[in-house]
Amino acid sequence: MANNNNNGDVKLIGAWPSPFVMRPRIALNIKSVEYEFLQEQFGSKSDLLLKSNPVHKKIPVLLHNDKPICESNIIVEYIDEVWSAGPSILPSDAHDRAVARFWAAYVDEKWFPNVRGAAAASSEEAKNAAVDQLKEGMALLEGAYVEISKGKDFFGGEKIGFIDIAFGSMLAWLRALQVMLGGVKLLDEEKTPGLCKWAAKFSADPAVKDVLPETEKIIEFAKLLVAKIKAAAASS
Amino acid sequence: MGKSEEVVLLNYWPSPYGMRAMIALAEKGVQYEYVSVDVVNNKTQLLLQMNPVHKKVPVLIHNGSPVCESLVIVQYIDELWAGDAKPVFLPSDPYQRAQARFWAHYIDEIFEFGRKIWIKTGEEVEKGKKELVDSLKLMESQLGDKPYFGGEELGYVDIALVPYYSWFYTYEQFGNISIEAECPKLVDWAKRCMKKESVNKALPDPVKVHDFVVMLRKKFGVDS
Repeated sequence: MANNNNNGDVKLIGAWPSPFVMRPRIALNIKSVEYEFLQEQFGSKSDLLLKSNPVHKKIPVLLHNDKPICESNIIVEYIDEVWSAGPSILPSDAHDRAVARFWAAYVDEKWFPNVRGAAAASSEEAKNAAVDQLKEGMALLEGAYVEISKGKDFFGGEKIGFIDIAFGSMLAWLRALQVMLGGVKLLDEEKTPGLCKWAAKFSADPAVKDVLPETEKIIEFAKLLVAKIKAAAASS
Repeated sequence: MGKSEEVVLLNYWPSPYGMRAMIALAEKGVQYEYVSVDVVNNKTQLLLQMNPVHKKVPVLIHNGSPVCESLVIVQYIDELWAGDAKPVFLPSDPYQRAQARFWAHYIDEIFEFGRKIWIKTGEEVEKGKKELVDSLKLMESQLGDKPYFGGEELGYVDIALVPYYSWFYTYEQFGNISIEAECPKLVDWAKRCMKKESVNKALPDPVKVHDFVVMLRKKFGVDS
């Protein structure tokens, strides 16, 4: 890792299971920026988090020389802009950038809510509906991958880019969900062959491999989280 | 403006998201073709082709290539039509940019809170009212004493928020609240923005917005 002399003081408030936290971690790795990873305790929010993100009280929060930056995709853009000497994360063409931002927003606003929906569903019907939506989403993302990668390994081309980080950070949860849902195929060799290859390459990338947790660990964590969500729903 | 460019905006007049794109284009002095799509009653082939994922407006079509999602569109416009003493929406400092993006993203929630007021009934309406007023007060505190969120000039956050001003009358009528009473400085800011032609031309008459919502409620079977 390059020394951090000119990078200032970089801290990341987060937690290892969160896919949103994985995004800035991957971005910082791409830029070879060292940082202190301040992990939150499951079930509670630190004073530092509440002070740094008073509006949403959520992780991740990047603290750069004690100045907070919130919202994972916004943090990734910040990292790309500040450490502009490193490999670039957003594409250089304005239209490509718009496409990248579009798909990152799609993952968060349309695709991810169904992951939560499928994992914490209270009825078989609700679960199946969420899974159907996820599969539709996978088909759209497969199409996007084929169109945007233009035959290269990643959405970003020869190297990982903004969409790769936004969607790739979801892979541990995606794989865990497949197991938890009794073998449902979201990454499907027949229906999403491009994404299957992409997922393997992304997971093996040096900037990613120590950040993406093992599927088993996510499954264990998911059980705790689902219990918490269901308890909260029961008491509201 | 030597290059031949084809710029088309697909939009529907009540959409605050569409107003963002219109303000951005006007601020940059971009000539474009406005194509109205009645997304309530009749989504056209062109819309479905240009935005197959969401099937929503606004869509900016630049030399045949679509750009979707209003904030993505505003950033695209900011980046593409730069220089020549044109206004700049996003600050150049990365930290300031991150703050602007954060607030613009937050502002999208305001429309959802407001929506509860006019489409829901009972407790949901009360919840929406509280969420709306709280979020507008938060934005008001962010404004502070600056003339615009962007500082001396209209910026990214101003463009993201000001379209909702045309919906205030609707929220007030259905929610029985006064936004001016709750957030006087924010309303002052909105009126200041409205003095600009780019904003004035983009925002519809609030009474027309209210009538549009009355029609929507009938369509969705909400008792008025």
